[in-house]
Amino acid sequence: MAAKQYRFSRAAVKWITLIALAIFLLLVLMPFILVTINAVKTEAEFAQYGPLSLPHGLHFTSLEGFWVRVDFSQVLKNSTVISMCVAVFAVVLSLLNAFALGFGKIRGRIWILVFFLMANFLPQEALAYPLYYFAKFFHVYDTDLAVILVFTVIQGAFGTYLLSSVLSTFPREIVEAAMVDGCSKLRLLVNIVAPLSMPTLSVLFVFFFIWTWNEFFLPLILLPSNAGQTVPLALAINQGQYGMNVTAQSASGLLGILPCVIFFLIFQRTLTKGITAGGIK
Amino acid sequence: MKHKTSSIGKGYGVFLIPGIIAFLIIIIIPFLINIGISFTKWSGVRQPVWIGLSNYQRLIGDSVFWLSFRNDLILLVAMTVVPVIVGLLLATFLFDYITNNFGQQVSSFFRAGFYLPQVLPSAVIGIVWAWILEPDWGVVNYVLRSLGLSALTRNWLGDPSTALLAVMVVTVWFQIGYPVVIFMAALQRVEPELLEAASMDGASWFQKFYYITIHLIRPEILVVILTTTIYTLKIFGQVWVLTGGGPGNATSVPSYYAYKNFFETQQVGYGSTVSLAMAVIIILLTFLFINLQTRQETAEAA
Repeated sequence: MAAKQYRFSRAAVKWITLIALAIFLLLVLMPFILVTINAVKTEAEFAQYGPLSLPHGLHFTSLEGFWVRVDFSQVLKNSTVISMCVAVFAVVLSLLNAFALGFGKIRGRIWILVFFLMANFLPQEALAYPLYYFAKFFHVYDTDLAVILVFTVIQGAFGTYLLSSVLSTFPREIVEAAMVDGCSKLRLLVNIVAPLSMPTLSVLFVFFFIWTWNEFFLPLILLPSNAGQTVPLALAINQGQYGMNVTAQSASGLLGILPCVIFFLIFQRTLTKGITAGGIK
Repeated sequence: MKHKTSSIGKGYGVFLIPGIIAFLIIIIIPFLINIGISFTKWSGVRQPVWIGLSNYQRLIGDSVFWLSFRNDLILLVAMTVVPVIVGLLLATFLFDYITNNFGQQVSSFFRAGFYLPQVLPSAVIGIVWAWILEPDWGVVNYVLRSLGLSALTRNWLGDPSTALLAVMVVTVWFQIGYPVVIFMAALQRVEPELLEAASMDGASWFQKFYYITIHLIRPEILVVILTTTIYTLKIFGQVWVLTGGGPGNATSVPSYYAYKNFFETQQVGYGSTVSLAMAVIIILLTFLFINLQTRQETAEAA
């Protein structure tokens, strides 16, 4: 009897802890929930029942209104094009650099790597004005191209650092066999090193894509006109503007959250793998 | 090691050429120009005027800069200290207790949930929280009013006494997930036998946590502390959206102050000086980071 009671209380403690943790998680996720339920309410409904009530039916007027207002289709396209280009180019750049530094172990590589890492850590403010000036000078100001070029290098700098350490332990036997067959270095990179590094390259690709999607400071400076803006930029600039009611602001939050949550659900595994591999954020 | 390198040949430097050129144009040259501008008075148009160290003198005596810097140090609590402590506790709890009692999947689910805010852009975090903290119809004040605590309602982001605190709460919210994920991965290295042996010797939960767990995952704790410290210095988006550095300069941070000098008050020379001061701090932190990392790697290899 005593033993049974003991077992019961242990089980109870177990479940109570789980419920407490679930409540804590619910609190952490509350901003997501609140923004979602209020984005599908009408203004009158919000006024009457407040922000905590569940929506009485789905009203997409706020979402549609906001979508049209900021031309969200265009904004989504801008963000997708910029992030995709940066992710592809930065992976290629990282691979080229890491092939020389990590794989080829050229002289002075430690210092070059430190330089690349620093480029990624450097505050963008310390590059912003010259980049802004360059962009105007080369007539790429207010174009996606300017943002793509800048972030390819900034993200590529980090990729170089991470990938170099991965390639420095690349299995030599495979390479030596290929070298004996008279394989050129370029073919070695394209046919052997790149395919075998795919797991790391795909992690980098996902991170570069999401990081670029989330960037704010340099796009704010380089993309002033509405037509070229990215998702965070368009939402931030329209935030709290005249005529934006409470449900429209909620809709704006939801439209900012949704793409990222979708990326997260698709790439969850890759993300966890990446964060733990490189301490990357 | 050396002859192994030669077995794959030399001449890999050519692959570095595109990287070096791009790096020069986008990072090195702009950075050097920025240093140059920091010695001038320039509004962005016409010719910059050389004024030597005047901007640096101004920086030393500039109370707004130091206030921004102080705000960054305070934000370090929200960005690094609290997330590391809460992250350690949460990660250990999930890893030890939840995984053991409810399985890997439940524990992974919680980890993913806590990590979710991390995938949001800083500007979107700002939009969502500005909406929640809005004084008239925002959720926080609504809840306080519903509970009959109207006296506690505030204009959270507009009141100088609460604005920075509000920014800190938001920062803790999105930052918690990062250490949780890293620490949970690190905990896999902690051998259960070691903890069991310690239990047999009568070690309390806290003693095991402190002397074994923390000790073993020290490298990851270090990575998290240093990266989040660097990210603290770069906080910009959420401040831009939430408060615009205000009210007054209550929530100004160096990055925001540099931006303001560049693009709002057109004091490009001085803005460059501010940004350079940030860069110097970050470069020093980066060196510290690399130094500690290499030292740890050598220690592990030995």
